[in-house]
Amino acid sequence: MSIRVENIRKQFGNFVALDNVSLDFPTGELTALLGPSGCGKTTLLRIIAGLETADSGRVLLEGEDASSTSVRERQVGFVFQHYALFKHMTVFDNVAFGLRMKPRSVRPSEASIAEKVHRLLDLVQLDWLADRFPSQLSGGQRQRIALARALAVEPRVLLLDEPFGALDAKVRKELRRWLRRLHDELHVTSIFVTHDQEEALEVADQVVLMNHGHVEQVGAPEEVYRHPSTPFGYSFLGAVNLFHGRVEEGGVRVGDDSLPHDHDDLVHGSEVLAFARPHELEIVTDGSRSDGVAATVSRILSFGVTARVELDGANGASGRHFEVELTRDRLLELDLREGQAVRLAPSRLKVFPKPEERPAQRRGR
Amino acid sequence: MALRTNVLPGFGLSLGYTLVYLSLIVLIPLAGVFLRTMELSWGEFWQVATSPRVVASYRISFGLSLLAAAINAVFGLLLAWSLVRYTFPGKKLVDALVDLPFALPTAVAGISLTALYARNGWLGQWIEGEWGVKVAFGPLGILVALTFIGLPFVVRTVQPILEDLETELEEAAASLGARRWQTFRHVLLPILTPALLTGFALAFARAVGEYGSVIFIAGNIPLVSEITPLLIITKLEQYEYAGATAIATVMLIFSFILLLAINGLQAWTERVTGRDR
Repeated sequence: MSIRVENIRKQFGNFVALDNVSLDFPTGELTALLGPSGCGKTTLLRIIAGLETADSGRVLLEGEDASSTSVRERQVGFVFQHYALFKHMTVFDNVAFGLRMKPRSVRPSEASIAEKVHRLLDLVQLDWLADRFPSQLSGGQRQRIALARALAVEPRVLLLDEPFGALDAKVRKELRRWLRRLHDELHVTSIFVTHDQEEALEVADQVVLMNHGHVEQVGAPEEVYRHPSTPFGYSFLGAVNLFHGRVEEGGVRVGDDSLPHDHDDLVHGSEVLAFARPHELEIVTDGSRSDGVAATVSRILSFGVTARVELDGANGASGRHFEVELTRDRLLELDLREGQAVRLAPSRLKVFPKPEERPAQRRGR
Repeated sequence: MALRTNVLPGFGLSLGYTLVYLSLIVLIPLAGVFLRTMELSWGEFWQVATSPRVVASYRISFGLSLLAAAINAVFGLLLAWSLVRYTFPGKKLVDALVDLPFALPTAVAGISLTALYARNGWLGQWIEGEWGVKVAFGPLGILVALTFIGLPFVVRTVQPILEDLETELEEAAASLGARRWQTFRHVLLPILTPALLTGFALAFARAVGEYGSVIFIAGNIPLVSEITPLLIITKLEQYEYAGATAIATVMLIFSFILLLAINGLQAWTERVTGRDR
């Protein structure tokens, strides 16, 4: 089922949680709402679910305006970060809850409820836990039960609020893959909220990047990661090195140094932000070269397949820290030592006009 | 023994202290009650403990105490709910008012309730004068007094549990299609039941032992509105110490059995709801 939100606005006191957000969620796809805490992603999810009402704007479910209906009528499955399982009920009773609460006329018989519950528990691979209480389960198991419970009422859409946020790193990764597989089996339109960019990129069909109550970018994970359309997107998705500079002929001037760059649409002399990923910076030890930004090596971390070098900016970029990722072979070749003066030359540079400062906002959900 | 490996020191000392203290404050006085009662022969005891007037007083004391505790369980829950869930002007004041029955001397409570519900009182002139329902100087008056003094117990035991309830549970229930009352009945009430039972037991225990506020409003009519503690006092005033302790013994045993039963019920609800795991 398709979900569409139009011009959603929500304010908590002075804090604008969502500012005129319009989005389309395609049928049968898994969409990630990604952003830092306080960006409005959870609020948007709760508005879609009907757990919160928007100050203005509409929520359309299957083309129908659902703005005035309650969460009960919207037939959405909602999964909470902290599971929200009923502690006084067994796993079986938790999953059966939605079916047993149906009006008598449409309620299935206990036998068919039992059959359905066991089928769902099989689906989440936890049928052997049917008689346990939630307090006897691990976090990952609880979240899978919560998902089975949400699926029991055959929701038209599945909404997950930071579903793996309370789990440890290993279980998180496992459940991530598991959720993806489950979605491929069920194909129910799903939206999940996360602040973990890796999670969003790995699991979702579509990523919605949000910041300060705005949608920054919408796209496939690959596209959002490769071609961030805003400075925020660039710095939020993965590690980056940031240069503050000014546009000049053939490059960006950073203090006394210059970074080469071809610009077509930037005004000369305007202030810009230039980004390079750690693997897109090259360390130049040849003292005769004058391109790139001067820096000194502060730390060399050489475990794993790739090595990382941390540097402190000098001259124009002093006070800034940079991070370079390179192969071990390359590191040996360069023969760096801590405290050495080098230059950093980006092989690829992404330049954005410096955005105007947003007015300070109070943080909230 | 787990004693040796216990990292907390002072087990022997604290257990010894607990036993001595409990003995001095509770056990020895209660044992005195039994000892004094033993001055009577079995036949005499039976005669005192089962005389019609005394039996009627048991019915009134225990029956009305249970009823008052039940009323408090329902309305105390409502009160706690309003105090936790809603903000309204004067909420702090209402919250403080709940404790008043704790603090007020019971005689004062008895006198004010009597003044209020007597035939010429503010409420009594309507309830008794217009509708002919006699409150003061009858069993209904006892119920009013017992409800009054038991109110804080349920509110104060349920309140913290309500405060800790995650709203997510209710949101989850609603998203699964449960109506408000279904959510209350199947999600909230089971969670609140143990606290509710504790409050009920405390309110009941308090009501059984209440004397001061009741004797003013009860009217103290033999076989109709005499509470058991009053009969004990009456016997004492007539220097029938053994008779007084005989009634006290019966009361003691009854109360003990009832509290035990309520505790058992509580343990059972906790077990079936998986809370003790």
